[in-house]
Amino acid sequence: MGTFKKLKQFYWPYRKYLFTSIFFLFFVVAITVVYPIVLQLTIDEVVLQERYSLIPYIAIGFFLIMLLKAIASFFHQYMGDLFGITAVYRLREALYEKLQVLSFKYYDNARTGDLMSRKTTDVEGFRNFISFGISDLIEITLLIVFSLGVMFYYSMPLALITMAAMPFLAIVVYKFDKRVHPAFRGIRKSFGRLNTRVQENISGMNTVKSLSKEDFEVGRFSDSNDNYRQNYLLTSSIWAKYFPVMEFIGNICVVLLLAYGGFLVINDDLSLGALVAFFSLVWYIMGPLMNLGFVINMFSQAKASGERLLEVLEANEDVKENEDAIDAAISGHVTFKDVTLTYIDNDDKALKNITFDAPPGSVIGLSGATGSGKTSITQLIPRFYEAEKGAVLVDGRPVSDYKLKTLRKHIGFVLQESFLFSTTIRENIRYGNPELSEEAIIDAAKRAQAHDFIMEMPMGYDTMLGERGMGLSGGQKQRIAIARAICINPSILVLDDATSAVDMETEFKIQRALKEVMKGRTTFIIAHRISSLKHADEILVLEEGEIVERGTHDELVQHNGPYERIYNIQYQDREQIMDTAT
Amino acid sequence: MANEKTTENRHLNRFYYTVDHAVEKPFNWQQMWRLLTYLKPYSKTYLPGAFIAMMISTAVRLIVPILIGKVAFDIIIANEDTTMLTYMVIGIGLLYLLSYIGNAFRIKWVNILGQNVIYDLRQHLFSHIQRLSHRFFDTRSGGSIIVRIMNDTNSLQELFTNGIINLLMDVVTLTGIIVILLVLSPKLALAIMVILPIMFYISTKLRRNIRRSWQDVRIQQSRLNSHLNESIQGIRITQSFSQEKANSDYFDGVNTDNFKSWRVATKKSAMFGPFVEMSNALGTIILITYGAYLILLGEANGGIAIGTFVSFGFYVGMFWEPISRLGQMYNQLLMAMSASERIFEFLDEKPNVVDKIDGADLPDMRGEIEFDRVQFSYDADRTALHEISLKIHEGETIALVGHTGSGKSTIANLISRFYDPTHGAVKIDGHDLRDVRLQSLRKQISVVLQDTFIFSGNIMENIRFGRPDATDEEVMQAARVVGADDFIRRLANGYETEVEERGNILSAGERQLLSFARALLADPKIIILDEATASIDTETEMKIQKALQQLLKGRTAIIIAHRLSTIRESDNIFVLENGKILENGSHDKLMKLQGEYFELVKSQFQMLDAM
Repeated sequence: MGTFKKLKQFYWPYRKYLFTSIFFLFFVVAITVVYPIVLQLTIDEVVLQERYSLIPYIAIGFFLIMLLKAIASFFHQYMGDLFGITAVYRLREALYEKLQVLSFKYYDNARTGDLMSRKTTDVEGFRNFISFGISDLIEITLLIVFSLGVMFYYSMPLALITMAAMPFLAIVVYKFDKRVHPAFRGIRKSFGRLNTRVQENISGMNTVKSLSKEDFEVGRFSDSNDNYRQNYLLTSSIWAKYFPVMEFIGNICVVLLLAYGGFLVINDDLSLGALVAFFSLVWYIMGPLMNLGFVINMFSQAKASGERLLEVLEANEDVKENEDAIDAAISGHVTFKDVTLTYIDNDDKALKNITFDAPPGSVIGLSGATGSGKTSITQLIPRFYEAEKGAVLVDGRPVSDYKLKTLRKHIGFVLQESFLFSTTIRENIRYGNPELSEEAIIDAAKRAQAHDFIMEMPMGYDTMLGERGMGLSGGQKQRIAIARAICINPSILVLDDATSAVDMETEFKIQRALKEVMKGRTTFIIAHRISSLKHADEILVLEEGEIVERGTHDELVQHNGPYERIYNIQYQDREQIMDTAT
Repeated sequence: MANEKTTENRHLNRFYYTVDHAVEKPFNWQQMWRLLTYLKPYSKTYLPGAFIAMMISTAVRLIVPILIGKVAFDIIIANEDTTMLTYMVIGIGLLYLLSYIGNAFRIKWVNILGQNVIYDLRQHLFSHIQRLSHRFFDTRSGGSIIVRIMNDTNSLQELFTNGIINLLMDVVTLTGIIVILLVLSPKLALAIMVILPIMFYISTKLRRNIRRSWQDVRIQQSRLNSHLNESIQGIRITQSFSQEKANSDYFDGVNTDNFKSWRVATKKSAMFGPFVEMSNALGTIILITYGAYLILLGEANGGIAIGTFVSFGFYVGMFWEPISRLGQMYNQLLMAMSASERIFEFLDEKPNVVDKIDGADLPDMRGEIEFDRVQFSYDADRTALHEISLKIHEGETIALVGHTGSGKSTIANLISRFYDPTHGAVKIDGHDLRDVRLQSLRKQISVVLQDTFIFSGNIMENIRFGRPDATDEEVMQAARVVGADDFIRRLANGYETEVEERGNILSAGERQLLSFARALLADPKIIILDEATASIDTETEMKIQKALQQLLKGRTAIIIAHRLSTIRESDNIFVLENGKILENGSHDKLMKLQGEYFELVKSQFQMLDAM
């Protein structure tokens, strides 16, 4: 119960809904059991005794009681649902807010699919239990107790016969549940696999077609498709095996009732009406018993779901704002003093003793192979990660002195993978500054060399992007991402491989425009192309987290190090090539 | 309603998520008939089997109440005949046993039937989609295709599993009950049947209304989920731009909308049960009042016996189930209409590129490619290629150079026959591509793309994708030749290492090496490299160059790139602009010519000096 206790804050404030629901449940169950009693009274008191005058009273009484039941069951269900959806509303809100503040470190190890399933399936599993599970348990118990009570009141031996069938039913239900739930999981898993198979096939369609592997893919698909069918049939065979048995046990119970009950009636030990009532009552016991397994399963699922939800809710927020954090203007002076960074404990260091100084107005180039630590350096400035040792200073203050919002507001980031949201191009460009004017948006787009291709689209800046929207090329996405970064008017701009998919000529134009924008501010450029780095005031060449070379382009090309090597590869026979032309 | 929402939450304009609104379609016989043809393979086995099994258990369900009511109460108990009671009990017991067997087989067979139909349908759809041309995939998002293969087919599952058999069962049950009641006592039967229209109304109209509210909830929910998904994927951007608060406000709006529509739907749902109960209660009241009156009248005077009354009691309780299911069935059919319409839309889609009926297999090719005045346009108002004529000799490496949109990739796509030219002809070894079988053509061509797709599975399987029947040894051999063997062996489990599309185990360069190994394993005569080295850092590219040379050896190669280093060695360079060839020749020749190619090369270097 620990899980439910920890999640108490989400549902306990709404307990009045739960209690109201349960209050009405008592009426519902009590009245349900009344139905067979009415039958019995009609037969025994009215029909057999020939007391016509009672009929209208029974009819009216029955009508009123059923009306009461209708009203009660409405409130019982509605209040139960309300309890669940209100709690889920709060829970979702809390989860969303938590996800907003979790650090990059958390997301490095999280998968979107997994987080999504927590936020959908697990939230739903939790809701099911608190909406229905609790009251279902109470209902089952009440129904069985009430029905047995009435049965014993009518006839002890007949009630005992019904009771005798219960253990058999319980065993079958238990066995059934033990087998059917794993089988259901099998279906879900198998469906997941089938889904992955299709998803991969569609996303990799170009590869499939270019290698002409359609038949091979159809073969693989039919394996997964068949696997799904088999899993489904396995589950249905469990149904086919146990469900008729459960019904059969119930039916046998009815037959026994008829045999023994009939005998008792003949011997005048039982009234005819009571026997009729028994036929209804027996199903009030059998029905809930068959469902018991599902309710119990709902409970264990809700518990597991709750645990997974708590994992998210209680995840450690690595990057926390200091209590006395300040909100000050930032001019963009970035200093690293002996900075060391480790992503995962006991893993290799991602950065080792990085030291540099980038005064406002400077351009810092970062060069090195994939995984050498270029991106890590830039991500320490907005505190996406925390340095393990050393100091990261902005305008002479440690970055942790600033409010996160203040710090990040002044840093424009163009990340490697230019993620765009499902909204218009306009909204995407002004994502960091939703109040921005149309002129400013167009100006930014022009500088990022995006304006022209945007205007060529049928809807211009109103073109929808995202999953169902217009597909953009990698280069176009990057240019919109650059415009987005320009829009927040940053003091520090980080271009992380931001123009890799843009052709050289366009890149050149973008760089020229950025140079103008970033006058008096600090720019970090991460790139593979020498042409992108060349004009930097200082180029840091990284290898396995260490700065192995530093200096301007002109210094480094003479340095006989990795930078010169790359330069040579990219421009080796420049003279020779140009010579052949003349 | 919609207006209200937008004014309530201004920030809801922040993101847009489209959701499928059409969940129901009017009933369409033709479409239904087409769906039912999928039952045909089972029309002599599971379908009649399930039907018979269903009839058996339904018959038992219908007979037992008469036996208990009429026979047990009126004859046996009234006459105090215990021997008859014993026979009676044994008889009913046997009937139940029969019903048990019927039920077991019905559940088993309807599921086999349903699952086989869904399997067939899905298989049909998937295979069909595999045959569709690039043009089909160009115009649709991957998500929308997946939804049809997975969810739309699944939503037909219930129809084919229980739906059709239940429909028959419910019609039989309902008619059975009505007939039996009419026979037992026409007067009481007619009186009680007053509740039927009410029940039908509840089961169709009211339920429909409720279902619409739930649709509303689902639409809200899918918007909520789309946003969640996106907010997780874009979290780094959100944090970089400090938009956490604004996004939370948006989410709060969506969440609140969802909550409200949910509350409406649960409220309506909660009324459903009570309405059903009340109509049942009405039936019981009629039974008690009028039934008791008829009993008192006595059988002799047109009244009924107690047993009939008891039977009626059982049957009145049985009314609701079939009516309820029929109502559900009706809704299910409407949903099936929309799902099957979407499925058939895809199945009716014709591949743009199809084999001729008398198409022959392309013999083992030499690899000579010819474009004979080829014209091509993707859509009517935009011509991608104008009258292109070119010839590529066996074993030659050629490069296509030009800006984005100049037509480089189009030429490559025409060689693989992903599209057919609008005018003119593309020929390989003198065969017009339209005359040969697609499969035989593409088997001999490999395309290496910029972003290599990694399928989930291990490295071995990923390379083997190039030729599924290759042995482990052949796979490793291919990896060795392109120089991928080294890094693969360094991975934790070597060739057995599990990889996946979005995984971080492989770098861009390593992925590219895998795709080279894949292509090498396929052993094509023609190889097309479409910007294959664009996303790789310089040092890795140097390593790949060597692999590339191995890969191209003895094949006709078409290279599309804007990096000089990749292009220079080509035998023939074609410079394209706006779908036309401006000039062609070897690197040296073009440099001497001082034309467009020369300008391109020069500008690359100038870029370096300019800043």
